[in-house]
Amino acid sequence: MSLEISSLNVSIADKQILKDFNLTIPKGEVHAIMGPNGTGKSTLAKALAGHPDYTVNKGSALLDGEEIFGLEPDKVARKGLFMAFQYPVEIPGVSIANFIRAAVTARMNKEASDAFSATAYYKALYAKMDELKIPREFTARSVNEGFSGGEKKRCEILQMAMLRPKYAILDETDSGLDIDALRIVAEGVETMRGPDIGIVVITHYQRLLNYIKPDVVHVMYGGRIVKSGGPELALELEARGYGWVEKEFGALV
Amino acid sequence: MSQNETQEEKVPNIDVERDVGNFSYQTTYDYDAGKGLTEATIDYICDVKGEPDWMREFRKKALKVFNDKPIPLGWASEDLKTIDLDRISYYMAKGRPTRSWDEVPEEIKQTFERLGVPEKERAFLAGVEAQFDSESSYSSMKEELFKQGVIFVSSSEGLMKYPEIFRPWFGKVIPIGDNKYSALNSAVFSGGSFIYIPKGVKLKQPLQAYFRINAEEMGQFERTLIIADEGSEMMYMEGCTAPQYETSSLHSAVVELVALKGAKIQYVTVQNWSSNVFNLVTKRGLALEDAEIRWIDCNIGSRLTMKYPAVVLRGERARGEVLSIALAHDGQHQDTGSKMIHAADHTSSNIISKSISIGKGRASYRGMVQMPRHLKHCKNNTECDALLINTNSRTDTYPAITVRGEGNSVQHEASVSKVSEEQIFYMQQRGIPEAEAMSLAVNGFVNDLVREFPMEYSVELRRLIDLEMEGSVG
Repeated sequence: MSLEISSLNVSIADKQILKDFNLTIPKGEVHAIMGPNGTGKSTLAKALAGHPDYTVNKGSALLDGEEIFGLEPDKVARKGLFMAFQYPVEIPGVSIANFIRAAVTARMNKEASDAFSATAYYKALYAKMDELKIPREFTARSVNEGFSGGEKKRCEILQMAMLRPKYAILDETDSGLDIDALRIVAEGVETMRGPDIGIVVITHYQRLLNYIKPDVVHVMYGGRIVKSGGPELALELEARGYGWVEKEFGALV
Repeated sequence: MSQNETQEEKVPNIDVERDVGNFSYQTTYDYDAGKGLTEATIDYICDVKGEPDWMREFRKKALKVFNDKPIPLGWASEDLKTIDLDRISYYMAKGRPTRSWDEVPEEIKQTFERLGVPEKERAFLAGVEAQFDSESSYSSMKEELFKQGVIFVSSSEGLMKYPEIFRPWFGKVIPIGDNKYSALNSAVFSGGSFIYIPKGVKLKQPLQAYFRINAEEMGQFERTLIIADEGSEMMYMEGCTAPQYETSSLHSAVVELVALKGAKIQYVTVQNWSSNVFNLVTKRGLALEDAEIRWIDCNIGSRLTMKYPAVVLRGERARGEVLSIALAHDGQHQDTGSKMIHAADHTSSNIISKSISIGKGRASYRGMVQMPRHLKHCKNNTECDALLINTNSRTDTYPAITVRGEGNSVQHEASVSKVSEEQIFYMQQRGIPEAEAMSLAVNGFVNDLVREFPMEYSVELRRLIDLEMEGSVG
């Protein structure tokens, strides 16, 4: 069981970003993708999630053997792919509780969603919130509206925990500045981590990886992965910066 | 997920836009004034109803005013010209139900089902029952009202049985000549409610038109007069979110509210018209010292709705409020708003208006706030927010604020927003289908106002918005 991305070519507004990108995320593992800015890390996340601005010119992404390219974003999500947004979007007037409930019931057939009582839902929701140490009053607030960086991340992690995806991609490319937010994401990943989920953490800074221990670290450059290794690779990047990546692999891309 | 796909297929696509018009039947009426409007029409109505002479004179005077007043095309929609007044039946009434439930179109039954309209109301709404079976369901409540001295009858019954209360206020808040359509209503009205709440009586339960409705009352020219005596409190609810069996394409109602010293009136309307209906309504309340009038208004559908609930703040410290939601679909124009006429010191008013335009739908806000020079310490707050669903939707705002004198304050805020693609993508990424995501965003937009509606209405309203949003994307 894996998320298998092969020969992926993605462009946005006619500019090619991902070039013959290959990556396999087996269930039960946590992978980190690191790399300089503008190398296509966020593009990878959005293209997989089916964002309409990103055009997949070539390649495939098999989620446990099923192709997800060409599907509507909501179908991709229901197949089990979750993306934690770098900048979660505000939805005024829609409470977190109602929003997550709509997402949970979207995964049920009619009989199950009719039978899904408010009591059962809140019980499940509160259990997850306790586990993630999120105060109860949080769910009455409108989704992401007026949230601090940390609260937005907390909201993303809560959604991920409630929706129990098979694969999760956490786009944390630029959020390295907010330590609080990073810690929340890291704790969430550690709580979720297990044999039933494959997790990809996308980040620019090694700092996030002080809190998460990835099984595999990938270095991305020029729209593809140029080097993979164990957690020590992240430390190498931290020590040496991205300059050497460019020197070593610049000619290849 | 395949389960979900099957679910989508199972749900039939109900034509809630009803561009094809409402549903109707061939019907014969026991009383029918025929088409067109002359003095003879009025004589017919007065004779059938057995009305006193003063009312006959009132109606005839109104007819003259109606005929003399031009269509208000200076500012209103040109669409008004398309109403053919000679082809309208001005008075029809029948005694018995004339059709069976089996004749009700299947999709209407399904819409009732999806909206969760109570079983006992469905038959009436579908025009299967001429008389809403209110006796059994509401008799205990009626008895309690009667004990408290509350009068709650049709306007026809009110003017015959209680002239000493009815006549001094009737046509005083909204005089015949207020506008062309209030004159029309004054000439031919039938149906609507007359309510009197005695001094100090505070009703806990809202009064609903369902109590006393019958085929005649469901008229196109309803006339409602509510008088809340000193220190009393009441809430009235009219309309319903379900599609209604329509008899005519012109609806022109007049509603007058009188809140005497310290009284509180809340008037809640939810209307869901089919897209061939012209809904031209005049609603105004008079608030005396320390009194409070709130209009809570939701307009969905219709070809053209023109409705600007007003409060005349006549006594010191009187308060007026209008909360309104309007939703316009393709080919529909919601021209709504509010008027606040400050006429005493220390009066305050609040207007919150939210409109949603879908497809080629158009929503306009018209507001008028008046504070004359001699008044002190008056306050108004106006907020109007518009949400556009598609790029070809349209919204306009026409605020007219006249504030003179010192020590009066006015705040006006207006916003126009769109449901962004990023919002939709975010929701879809959580597994929510596009149309449902749009519904969530729209429900979120009106959420703070929907909460002000009585519980059963707010639940129905949300469902109705979901139905309206189906097929609005993609």
